Amino acid sequence: MTVDLALDAGLAALVLAVAVWTIAARAAFAAVVGFVTYGLLLALVWVRIAAVDVALTEAAIGSGVTGAVLIAAAARLRPTETLSAAERPGRGLRIAAGVLSALVSAGLAVLVLYPSNPAPSLGPAAAVHLAALDIGNPVTAVLIAYRAVDTLLEKVVLLLALLGVWSLAPDRFWGGAPGQRRDARDGTLTLLARLLPPLGIVVGVYVLWVGAVAPGGAFQGGAILAAMWILVMIAGLHDAPEISRRWVRFLLVVGPAVFLAVGFTGFVVANGFLSYPAGFAKPLIIAVEVVLTLTIAVILGLLAAGPPERERRQ
Amino acid sequence: MTAETLYGLCAAALVGLGLFGSIVDPQPARKILSFNLLGGGVFLLFGIIARRGATAGMGADPVPQAMVITGIVVAFSATALAVALVLRLFETTERATLQPDAPPRPSGDGADPDA
Repeated sequence: MTVDLALDAGLAALVLAVAVWTIAARAAFAAVVGFVTYGLLLALVWVRIAAVDVALTEAAIGSGVTGAVLIAAAARLRPTETLSAAERPGRGLRIAAGVLSALVSAGLAVLVLYPSNPAPSLGPAAAVHLAALDIGNPVTAVLIAYRAVDTLLEKVVLLLALLGVWSLAPDRFWGGAPGQRRDARDGTLTLLARLLPPLGIVVGVYVLWVGAVAPGGAFQGGAILAAMWILVMIAGLHDAPEISRRWVRFLLVVGPAVFLAVGFTGFVVANGFLSYPAGFAKPLIIAVEVVLTLTIAVILGLLAAGPPERERRQ
Repeated sequence: MTAETLYGLCAAALVGLGLFGSIVDPQPARKILSFNLLGGGVFLLFGIIARRGATAGMGADPVPQAMVITGIVVAFSATALAVALVLRLFETTERATLQPDAPPRPSGDGADPDA
């Protein structure tokens, strides 16, 4: 057994152990901490299988921002935990669920052990047009050029999810600020919220910029920026904005709007919807990515902040 | 055994674990958490497919990777919406349960007339 394979085996065992702990933990808070650890370990797995772009996204969104949302929920729902314990399903249902889950796992394991040969790949097809786009990172090329419609629709999904969260607010709070006001206290959290954002903003912008040639891009950069914003809001250094503010609404739609505008321009100057004119592909892609990053950061931050819970001030 | 097979089996086990947790745990918030764990396993299976499709100059097939990146973002937005729904349920009923016969909170403080 080589050293590399031993490392992989250890990492896989650790991921499984943390996953079992997350499912089995008695307290919801402990389970969420387990889930955040699970996400960070998964990010390491993604690095090991040569998918650094995914590793960045998993660490920032799958583990970080999702963890923040779940921890806040676990803290609020703590009073209901003992009540819910009585609703645990009986032995029969648990065994049936166990058998079903084991069957699903076994089926997937068979697919993994006996894969199709040769392995299908769209890699060569993705590589053909990289030079014409002047983009060095094939994953960014797929996201913003080849499958741009997916990315555009995904922004719409994010916006719809945010509208869904906002619509859960009682009528009298509509237009107000999300969450309760937190007062900044001197402590580790406040210190971190002062130290990390300057670094985090630089890292976020760098990850966005480098996305054209190396792992990185709009999602990853936007998620890092959002994480910094969430940190500042949780520490109470800056209050969440009222959702009726003009600049909030503007930032929410500017990304998809610019993307759509560029897409429709493609009808006139190139071959159709969302196709880029020869020679201008890279500047257009960078411009779209910059506005998308802003929109992603604001949407992720506001999704984490939750529905408005205070009355509108003006 | 190669690293891809190893992580593939790990991903298959994660899907099973997440499925089990989301069926068996009675608390909605824990179901959401288990479902995210399941999602992590599904994404990892995509990663294995991408890794097997590695070609010259690329460590992995970029198309499944791009799909997973989109998937992670969509999974987060669905999670945020689901968590907001559970919290709203808790606010209006003071319980967070999926039992149909759970008594609603008596009307009065905090409960909205429009809820």
